Amino acid sequence: MTDVTELGVAAIREGVTKGDFTAREVAEAFNANVAAAQDALNAFIVATPEKALEAADKVDADRAAGKALGKMAGVPIGMKDLFATQGVQTTAASHILEGFKPEYESTVSRKLWEAGAGMLGKLNLDQFAMGSSNETSYFGNVISPWRKQGSNAALAPGGSSGGSSAAVSARLAPAATGTDTGGSIRQPAAFTGISGIKPTYGRCSRWGIVAFASSLDQAGPMARDVRDCAIMLEAMAGFDPKDATSLDLPVPEWEAGLNADLRGKKVGIPREYRMDGMDAEVAKSWDDGIAWLKDAGAEIVDISLPHTKYALPTYYIIAPAEASSNLARYDGVRYGLRDLPDGAGLQDMYAATRAAGFGDEVKRRILIGTYVLSAGFYDAYYTQAQKVRTLISHDFKNAFTECDVILAPTTPTASFPLGDKLDDPLAMYLNDVFSVPASLAGLPAMSVPAGLNREGLPLGLQLIGKAFDEQGVLNAGLAIEQRAGFAAKPEKWW
Amino acid sequence: MSEYRIQGATGEWEVVIGLEVHAQVTSYSKLFSGAATAFGAEPNSQVSLVDAAMPGMLPVPNRECIRQAVRTGMAINAQINKWSRFDRKNYFYADLPQGYQISQLYHPLVGEGSLEVILDDKDPEGSTKTIGIERIHVEQDAGKLMHDQHPTMSYVDLNRSGVALMEIVSRPDMRSPAEAGAYLAKLRSILRYVGSCDGNMDQGSMRADVNVSVRKPGEPFGTRTETKNVNSVRFVMAVVESEARRQVDLIESGGTVVQETRLYDPDKNTTRSMRSKEDAHDYRYFPDPDLLPLELDDAFLEECRASLPELPDAKRHRYETALGLSAYAAGVLTADVETARWFEALVAAAAAKAGKPEADLAKQASNWLISELFGALNKLGKSLGESPVSPEDGAELLALIADGTISGSIAKQVLEKMLETGDGAATIVEREGLKQESDTGAIEAAVDGVLAANGDKVEQYKGGKEALFGFFVGQTMKAMQGKANPQVVNELLKKKLG
Repeated sequence: MTDVTELGVAAIREGVTKGDFTAREVAEAFNANVAAAQDALNAFIVATPEKALEAADKVDADRAAGKALGKMAGVPIGMKDLFATQGVQTTAASHILEGFKPEYESTVSRKLWEAGAGMLGKLNLDQFAMGSSNETSYFGNVISPWRKQGSNAALAPGGSSGGSSAAVSARLAPAATGTDTGGSIRQPAAFTGISGIKPTYGRCSRWGIVAFASSLDQAGPMARDVRDCAIMLEAMAGFDPKDATSLDLPVPEWEAGLNADLRGKKVGIPREYRMDGMDAEVAKSWDDGIAWLKDAGAEIVDISLPHTKYALPTYYIIAPAEASSNLARYDGVRYGLRDLPDGAGLQDMYAATRAAGFGDEVKRRILIGTYVLSAGFYDAYYTQAQKVRTLISHDFKNAFTECDVILAPTTPTASFPLGDKLDDPLAMYLNDVFSVPASLAGLPAMSVPAGLNREGLPLGLQLIGKAFDEQGVLNAGLAIEQRAGFAAKPEKWW
Repeated sequence: MSEYRIQGATGEWEVVIGLEVHAQVTSYSKLFSGAATAFGAEPNSQVSLVDAAMPGMLPVPNRECIRQAVRTGMAINAQINKWSRFDRKNYFYADLPQGYQISQLYHPLVGEGSLEVILDDKDPEGSTKTIGIERIHVEQDAGKLMHDQHPTMSYVDLNRSGVALMEIVSRPDMRSPAEAGAYLAKLRSILRYVGSCDGNMDQGSMRADVNVSVRKPGEPFGTRTETKNVNSVRFVMAVVESEARRQVDLIESGGTVVQETRLYDPDKNTTRSMRSKEDAHDYRYFPDPDLLPLELDDAFLEECRASLPELPDAKRHRYETALGLSAYAAGVLTADVETARWFEALVAAAAAKAGKPEADLAKQASNWLISELFGALNKLGKSLGESPVSPEDGAELLALIADGTISGSIAKQVLEKMLETGDGAATIVEREGLKQESDTGAIEAAVDGVLAANGDKVEQYKGGKEALFGFFVGQTMKAMQGKANPQVVNELLKKKLG
């Protein structure tokens, strides 16, 4: 029998539908992989094998009863622990929410369960989705299943969706949910040789997702390939009246619309992304990507995104500003951690609870955010950042008059060893330099594997599309996928 | 009305007042959640996941709350901003689950407007003053801390958390306690007409922050203090008076007024400092990223405008011109929407019974309502809303007076019985035998008897003491047990006394 854990979303769904194997067999196989890898990779905060089996049994029963099966029928997935899951601990990888079991289910996870997916567990992440290496989780680092050739050093799986990327690339799950605020789907996908797409802002409901930066947060799928991403995104997306920023648009049939023939399409290459001192192998993979898209029939055009260099500082004003306010609700009054020293008053309780409940990176961003919003600094920082954000959006609008989709690297480097950038937040933040602009503009963007570098680590290519044009992004991604022939997977050492 | 001045040791001082009124929007659900808003419910029984700020919860604006605020803006002739936006006001407190209040600082829903107040309600023909309104914005209310539930801990009730408020900010245009009181009363009247707030100040659905400063007339504004959460018209006037006095005394004794927030103590009739400007929060306002800007289209605005009722000023004008009421009566009847509604129902029913135009009956109805029913209800300690006598009942009584079945004085007795028993006027008149005697024969006999019994007075009358006419009328009525038609009595007496 085939090892079902080598299969992706489409193949599992097809096998279950055809009766090649049962959904229960699939769930059991992945449950076993999850359990076996937990000590080494720490990809999950909690495993929920019973949930995976329960969902699988339902799919098997539905199939036996001749009922129609959903888009994700029989596919067990990992759920980033930023999504509220009813009755299952939801922590955002923080101490302050440790033990918190919501009485509600996030819209995105609910839609996935309704589509026939099952939950393998809640995936580790950077605390409150703040980080690029998955080193800020209260529940410990996630270790990338990848290793440099000839080294046993632990590498970063990327962040914040580092549990998701590690789990999918290590075959602990065929797919996982991610969320992307400034690159948190795309960067970990690139680091681990998988695909991931952040849709247009508003495609996926934010209801029930622990908020980091509301104007940037978007959920999206992380999976082995482009088609799996298309399938899963269809299941996740859709208008939600409970989210005022949700897009009131029908969900396109992205899977059915997949088409790698790019004749007549123009691909823009932003000249500002070709930075001085760029990693030579990253530059080469970008050139490979250009050649592949040309081969798929696309015309390559040079474009300019002049405000690119301001994107990172803009992001690191807006995102912390929103976070400082979004995280104010974790105060020890109603749920989660409460640290109430003897004889303490309300202010003491706030201070003690938040000091104990938040990690250093979260505190750093709350401090930055509080500072940039404070009287006397607001105009200089926040107002200015909003203006620049508008300019960055205009850059993309202008560029898309000349092209249909933009190709760029996902990250400036391949994965790095854990601990490497821990003491240098700026170096860490630089990891988001290519992913942040699309986030600020709310545009759909995806990372697909392009190849391995000389050290045997994956590199990703990023495709950025027009608002609402996930199809264009997926199609260009598919064209690269077909030509890159990326079949590498981490050698199992755990 | 003469100008209000505070007499200080160094001369006269003028007081400058601005009010920020928080009015709870009449709506079944909260500003950004579906939870109910009823007053007096069990603690924490009207709290949604959003109101409790659970992780991942999002606000969604309630259209009805926006609509009511827009209608209110239209009622004060204000600029309605078709594009507005919600901002977060960040601060930590246990009654504020999100850690921020969603409000509107930078782009409020409603801009400049105004309302007109009559400076002396005893002199409705006297001068009026226009009070500017700077803005109305909508925002969330906070919850409530309860300190009496546990010896060492405070509890929190989130029922009010997220309830929609309108903050109505006046210009510093008021110059006396009376003006401040008149402004608040007028604003309350308008809100109740519009139906956007029930105006129940004792339940907290309307409360005012009172900004007061003093200056020598003609000089620039002084430093102001803000007294929070004052919950009646009377208290607002008292706050202005005591706070202005305090500031004058302070300045004249060499002190300086500091910009601060104060609290009013109604028992001592004084204000005390709550926190100074130095302790003020830095609220770190910024646009709420969970909400898109609020954009109103013309159809929505048109619907809001079309749904506005006739407002107090227009109504008062119509009562004076079309119904011929005095300025005083028109003022009294239009001050509260419930009174106006009652009056209009009364006039309509009376006109229907008489088959005459409303204008013919309005004056009689107004006089009866103001001088008879209000007085009687007052004695019973009841409001018009609690009146056991309905407008239809009143119209029945008025019809009996109009067609001569009973006299005005008998009508007073009948009304008392109506309030007592709840029975209709006609039933009572019939049962108690109060029907007025208009039969000339019977009255003539009574008149003859009175004249015969008082020959001396008849002589005096004929000798020029005409004031005695009233005496003869009274005696005749007495003989008729009050039931004689006074007009017939008058006519007969005049004839017989020559």
